[in-house]
This record gives sequence, C-alpha cells and structure tokens, in this order.
Amino acid sequence: MLASQLESLLATDRPGVDAALQLVTDLDAGLLTGYGRPNPDRDAALAALTSAVAATPLADKVAAATLAIAEGIVTDEQLAVVAAARSALLGAVHDALLSDVDEATDRARVDVAAGEAVEPDKKVAALRGAARAWLTELAITGVAGLDEAFLGDVNPIVEGLGGHPAGRRLAVLLDGLSAELRSCTPIALMAEPPMRRWADLWSRAQLLSRPGHVDEVPDDRISGRLLVLGTELFEHSTLFGVVVHGVVETGKEGVPRLVRATVTAPKVDVITGPAMWNLITDRPNLMTALAEDRCLELTDMPITPTGELVWSDEDAKPGEVVDPLATARLHLVQAVATRTHPLDRHPVAIAEPVFVEQYKVIKGEEPKFNLGGATLDIDVSRLSPAAPLTVKNVAASTACIGVLRWDAGSWTLSPLAVQAPVKRVPTLIHNGQWAAGPTDPKVAKAVERNDSVRVLRERAGRLLRK
Amino acid sequence: MGKVPYVELVDGKVQGVVSSGSDIARVYVSWVSFTDGEHLFGCSTNNNRPCGGAAGNHLCKHLDSLLAEAVTMYGYDRVARYLKIESPNPDTHLRFSLTAPCIAGSRSASSIFSRFLRYLTYLEQPVATAPVPELHWFPTVGVK
Repeated sequence: MLASQLESLLATDRPGVDAALQLVTDLDAGLLTGYGRPNPDRDAALAALTSAVAATPLADKVAAATLAIAEGIVTDEQLAVVAAARSALLGAVHDALLSDVDEATDRARVDVAAGEAVEPDKKVAALRGAARAWLTELAITGVAGLDEAFLGDVNPIVEGLGGHPAGRRLAVLLDGLSAELRSCTPIALMAEPPMRRWADLWSRAQLLSRPGHVDEVPDDRISGRLLVLGTELFEHSTLFGVVVHGVVETGKEGVPRLVRATVTAPKVDVITGPAMWNLITDRPNLMTALAEDRCLELTDMPITPTGELVWSDEDAKPGEVVDPLATARLHLVQAVATRTHPLDRHPVAIAEPVFVEQYKVIKGEEPKFNLGGATLDIDVSRLSPAAPLTVKNVAASTACIGVLRWDAGSWTLSPLAVQAPVKRVPTLIHNGQWAAGPTDPKVAKAVERNDSVRVLRERAGRLLRK
Repeated sequence: MGKVPYVELVDGKVQGVVSSGSDIARVYVSWVSFTDGEHLFGCSTNNNRPCGGAAGNHLCKHLDSLLAEAVTMYGYDRVARYLKIESPNPDTHLRFSLTAPCIAGSRSASSIFSRFLRYLTYLEQPVATAPVPELHWFPTVGVK
C-alpha cells in the first residue's frame, strides 16, 4: 500500500457509519438488561432499527417483531428477526468500509457462483433448536443477570455440535461466548461490559442456529502455485485457529487470486502458546510450507466462492523456498479478491492483506507507522504468543505484510510478517514460523518441558474408554 | 501441568484432577469450595477411594498442587475472589489465605471426574479445515 493510497483511505469519510453504529449501541443496551421486562429505551432502539430497515425486504418482519416485543411477546422468532436486522445494518457498514479499501488500493473483486447448499442432518437440526432456546433465554434474562448454572447449560449442546462438521462453527461460537461470560460473572458488577462484542456473538449464533441455515459445499477447484503471504492466529479457551493468507498463480496469463486457508483444532484452556501447533501435526505439507517459507503446488484444491481453500493436505505439495515479502511486492497490487459471504458481512470480517515499506516507525507501547506523512495504527493486540513475531520486531521493522482491519471506528494494520534486524541482519519474522515447532531453542525447551498436548493425550489414553 | 492436567472454576468450586505421584494409572479428584463461612474440600481417587492426606481440617499435597495450578491458570485474584477469601496475600501459597475454617466435605468425585473426561474429549475431536468466519472475533490472547 502506497502512502497516497493510505492517505486517501484515511481521508474517506462515510457519514452513515457513525449513525449506524450508534443505533447498534443503543440496541445492544437492551441485551444487557434483558428482553423479559418492559424497557422504553430498548423499544425506542427497536423503533429506530425498524425505520433503518424500512426500505429493505426486512421491513415488515422487523416492524412486526418490534411490535410484539413491545407487547411483551419474546420468542426466538422475534429475536432472530432483531439479530438479522442488526446483522444487515452491520453488513451495510462492512460493505461501505470494504469498498473504501478497494477504492484506495485499486483492489478488484470477482463474483463467484454460490456453492451447493447441504441440509444439515437431523441431529444437528435438533441441537440447533436447543441452541436457539438457550440464546432466547439469554436474551430474555439479559447478560447482566446471567449466572454460572445457566451458562453451564450450553455445554451439552456444544459437545453435541462439536462432533459434527456442520456444527463446528456454532460450537466454536457458543463455547467462546459462554466461557467469556462465565469468566466475567457477576456481569452486573462490571463497569463496562463489552456489549457490542457480546451482542455480535449472540446475533451470529442466532443466525447460525436458524432451521433455514444451510452449509455450502464448495464445488469449485483450483490448481496452481500457492504463495504464502502470512498467517493469522486465533484462539479461545477451547479452540486454536490458523488462517493462512496467500495468492494462487493460476496458469501463464492468469491473474493471481487472493485466497485463505483455515485450520481449526479443538483444545482445552491449559494448552497455550507455541504448544498449540502440536494439535495440528496431521497437516504436514501446509505446516512445512509455513515453517520453511515454501510455496505449495495445488492440484484440484476445493475452493469456496469466497476464496477459502478447504484444505486437503494431500492436494498440496511443498515446492521451492519463496520469500513472502517478494510475493507481496510482486502480487499484492494486482491480486484479485473475492466477496464476503452475505451472512458473514460484518466490519470485524474485514482483513485485507496489504504490504507496506519505506515507513518511519513512531515508537511507543503501540507503535505506529508513518507512511509518507499518513499515520497507520498498528494493532499489536493480535500478536500471538504462539509465534516469534513481537512488538519489538514490529517497532524495528523496515517492511511489513499485514491485514488491514477496522476496529472501533478506525483502520489498523495487524502484522503477519515483517523484515526486521536480528543481530543487525535484516531477517524475516512471521506468525507461521513455529508451525513445525519453535525455532528458538529456549522456547522449544519450555514447550518440551511442559508439553500439555502430550500429557493430556497420555491421560486420555489411560483414562478414557476403559 | 504434568501433575495437574485439569483445573476449573465451576459451580463455586475450584476443582480438578491431580496425577498420582506413585501410580501412573491413578488420578486424584480434588476440590475446594466456600459455603456458609467455611471452606469445604475433598480429595479422592477417580474410584472414590478417599485420599489419606486430606482429612479433618488438613489439606493434602494434591489440593496444594490444585490450588497452585489454579493460580497459574486463572490468576491469583480471580481464584481468591472465587473462593471468597477475605484478605488474600498473593506473595504466599493460596492455602495460607484460607483463613475460614477448612472442613473435609463428603461428596462423590464422579461429577468432577466426568467433567474431566468431557474435557479430554475436546482433544479427540478432529482438526477441521472448513472456513470459520467467527474466528475474527477471537484474536489471540496476550501481547508480547
């Protein structure tokens, strides 16, 4: 991303965004106090939501749901409509912001046909029903009034969903949300509960647990050389997630396509830091490519309409060593992106790979990059203890691949890979470097000494299925 | 970690599983709670055989390990708050801050043990490669 591009992005003002987010904030206050008792403020927020979607196909449904809630009728039907309208509003914010990014960086997006819809099996459908009941009760009680016993009620639902591929997304979400709420009880005493976040998670869970929600199976395949740009790491107490951003060179004349690959591994909360990579040793080709900076030759790798590779390790052969910085310099400018799935449109889902260099670092606890006079905030809160990349590296860096994100009203860069001096030698440091184990002997020793994955598997082997 | 593969704050109890020091196939199920002004505690094997060290008002070494691991996992303040400890002293082992009367409680270890087994089943679930857009909400924890 050039200085002029950053400048034009930062200078873009979207008048509707603040108003939309204010409406969402007002609405989320209702989820804190609960839908079970009369609340004029909440009803006013719902009325504002009704007029916000008045010109959309949601209009009639939202108006009816708002009326019912004001009369004290609150079922999962009404709450799903509220969640849908709220998501539509945030989806519009997402669209506006993403088109700002595309305009500033000249990024093109292609429309791809939707995948094939698959009906979930009966068991998943039943578990979704149970999840809806739990989510409804949560909304009626209100986040402030939740207790540990109620939050524990979701455990069997999560357990059931976790065992099904079609249930994984909802399981991940419910488990993350309930654990977070549990660690914050009594929430009524919290000074500033993160209501936007919790309402986001609650709304998404509402939509994913609808009977009409169908999973899409990719029916497209892609072949060519995958060049890795960088890796994002995610976690909550029972999940480790790795998302690899890269470009696929398809054919001689082909324009490089921006793609992502996701790997998620269930875990427990004692497994943290670099030891988490031990959970995904069964994807050796991908892990080798990350650890050794190799490209991957893909043959008929399944790909979704939104540019997600559904990783099948045997369809990817590690090739030669390729420097991600070179990939970014060469391909990021003309690489073509895909659109976000309609249901996933939310400002949090914006994670656009960009490359910056020739910046001056403004040092501080949260370093910033001065790129030709424009200031880019760096989000160091997303740096993972499972990777070698640190705030210090970022502050000393001379080139950086990151994902552009939008949080709390401003653009930030979340670093995935940097070039920074190590003992005065310019060195590549990135989030995927420890995919095959820590390269730092001190860290490797610590992981070995405290190999939680091995200990728990050993315990499981002795104690389960006796 | 090798000693205490599982510790959780659930239903008002700090509860967990502590591996036996002498027998590789044995684990102790240990818990501490606070009710009506007293700390109740218990320690027994997964087959409900009581631990010899935990009796009367005396905490055994398994409970010591459990509390130490709970502090490592969840932070001193949160565990002290959970057990409603009056005046905690973070510079010492948590057991020394249990100033209320400690009494060996009697309850079956089976519910805690089955929770531990449920916990282990997370590691039995397969790694998945389908996209999970919800990951965006769960950035990593802890800055270096």
